[in-house]
Amino acid sequence: MPEQFIWGIEVFLNGLMAGVLYALVALGFVLIYKASGIFNYAQGVMALFAAMTLVGIMNGQVPFAHLINAIFGTNVHHFGWHVPAFVAILLTACVMVGFAWIVQRFIFRHLVGQEPIILFMATIGLAYFLEGVSDLMWNSEIKKLDVGLPQGINFAIDDYTYGIFGYGFFIDNLDIVATIIAAILVLALTIFSQYSKQGRAMRAVADDHQAALSVGVSLNFVWIMVWSVAGFVALVAGIMWGTKSGVQFSLSLIALKALPVLMLGGFTSIPGAIVGGLIIGVGEKLFEFAVGPMIGGATENWFAYVLALIFLVFRPQGLFGEKIIERV
Amino acid sequence: MSAVAEEFITEDGRKIGAVVMEMKNITLKFGGVVAIKDISFDIRQGEIRAIIGPNGAGKSSMLNVISGFYHPQEGEVWYKGARRPTMRPYQVAAQGIARTFQNIALFEGMSVLDNVMTGRLTHMKTNMFQQGLWYGKARAEEIENRQKAEEIIDFLEIQAIRKTPVGRLPYGLKKRVELARALAAEPSILLLDEPMAGMNVEEKEDMSRFILDVNDEFGTTIALIEHDMGVVMDLSDRVVVMDYGKKIGDGTPDEVRNNQNVIDAYLGVAHD
Ligand SMILES: Nc1ncnc2c1ncn2[C@@H]1O[C@H](COP(=O)(O)OP(=O)(O)OP(=O)(O)O)[C@@H](O)[C@H]1O
Ligand SMILES: [Mg+2]
Repeated sequence: MPEQFIWGIEVFLNGLMAGVLYALVALGFVLIYKASGIFNYAQGVMALFAAMTLVGIMNGQVPFAHLINAIFGTNVHHFGWHVPAFVAILLTACVMVGFAWIVQRFIFRHLVGQEPIILFMATIGLAYFLEGVSDLMWNSEIKKLDVGLPQGINFAIDDYTYGIFGYGFFIDNLDIVATIIAAILVLALTIFSQYSKQGRAMRAVADDHQAALSVGVSLNFVWIMVWSVAGFVALVAGIMWGTKSGVQFSLSLIALKALPVLMLGGFTSIPGAIVGGLIIGVGEKLFEFAVGPMIGGATENWFAYVLALIFLVFRPQGLFGEKIIERV
Repeated sequence: MSAVAEEFITEDGRKIGAVVMEMKNITLKFGGVVAIKDISFDIRQGEIRAIIGPNGAGKSSMLNVISGFYHPQEGEVWYKGARRPTMRPYQVAAQGIARTFQNIALFEGMSVLDNVMTGRLTHMKTNMFQQGLWYGKARAEEIENRQKAEEIIDFLEIQAIRKTPVGRLPYGLKKRVELARALAAEPSILLLDEPMAGMNVEEKEDMSRFILDVNDEFGTTIALIEHDMGVVMDLSDRVVVMDYGKKIGDGTPDEVRNNQNVIDAYLGVAHD
């Protein structure tokens, strides 16, 4: 088999796994957009905030230490304990639920019925506010995140592929774990939305507010719920990304990776987010591999957007988005 | 409040029950527009109560007050003998009051069956954590709700379109699906806002029959708004007549028909 082809397979697999992470971030957008028509610009910052909170809790950091010390003249930074990863993840999930409640109670409850552009603006404000709060709460230095996920080359795959192709694939254990977790998360979300009472209520709200109210659904409750779920999805994305490249500001930029995924998959479709993520992941890695060297590389920064733009022209509602029919 | 009779015999000799819902001096304003002006009336157990009146009289507004979509500036709503505090629509629904809308509000992206299933939401008890833990119980509940939904679907003769996405249905069938969803909640009071508007004669006959059957078989109390006088006179036990936000008549179809104010309003006698 030609070498190029074998390398291509390896690139393809790595692209698939990168795509799963893109899909995960995109999923957070889709959930909120579907249920409330809000394009949540703050989704990326939520991942950053979740990851910072997780690290902070695990390390026993005192939240708002800077502020407390400045006001009271104290010098506290750490509680002096370490919290096991599992417990810390649960606590962080609770923090994200609290965050969802605050966002709904103090911002979006007052904006019900406003134009989408106004809701969008509010999320921009929210993004920068949350970024500031994250810094103030946990300080802005780069932190290492280790919740015990395996990392580094998977030797089994390396050996196995070496045996077949005479060339060992480099597949990162973290990517494998991330893929499995993302798959479980997506499956759980699908079952939840199809079969649970709350999932039904969520779909009802996504479809028609008036009708949802008339069958006994509380819009407020559903919105807090979707923000909580989106917060949890952000936490999972934050863990994966943070483990890979440290918890730092750039983590919030993963939202930029989700945008082309949404353009491709449609803003309202969960399967769209997944397939879109995979296409973008594989597309950008293969393009970089095949075409990148000829045009000086670094194509990963823009390829996804070009792909999404081309797609938009031909299918503006996205891959699985509901068809836009103009009634006259 | 003077004591009201426990029972009431209608013109057709039908016996209807005690008062279940009472609107007391309701006033509702939108800015300068007074949609409802100091209106009082009651609804009795098991009756079919019609609300009629010319366009813009405030009929839908009244239904929206009952279902918690609008909150009146003045007046009280009494339900099952107690004054009802200000309630959100979902809380009203949980109390067993279901409704349909004048401009159909269905879940267009869902199938007919899924739409009807959402009507069961107030009856779903187990939450997501319990669902995860006691799979068996959750499953039994799901099956029970599903059965109820299918019964309603059979009752309204829409089996053929169970799996069809509602967005694709013609207008008349949508109205019927909306009724099915409201019925799935097994409501004690059913509020229908112009259930027959825009239908042809045959569809109207079907819908009238369903409304009578629902009232008859399930004993559901029904309050409905309707423009077609023939239908109103045939179906209802008692009628409230509204005009320009005011109540101008209240009584049996015969009483209302012979009420001079009502005749004037419908003949378009000039208001002063
Ligand atoms: N949400 C609202 N905001 C402002 N005004 C409203 C609102 N809802 C109703 N109105 C006004 O209240 C008045 C009564 O309207 P309503 O819809 O209750 O009338 P209706 O008797 O149902 O009429 P129709 O037979 O046309 O349905 C109208 O003047 C209407 O414009
Ligand atoms: Mg109306």
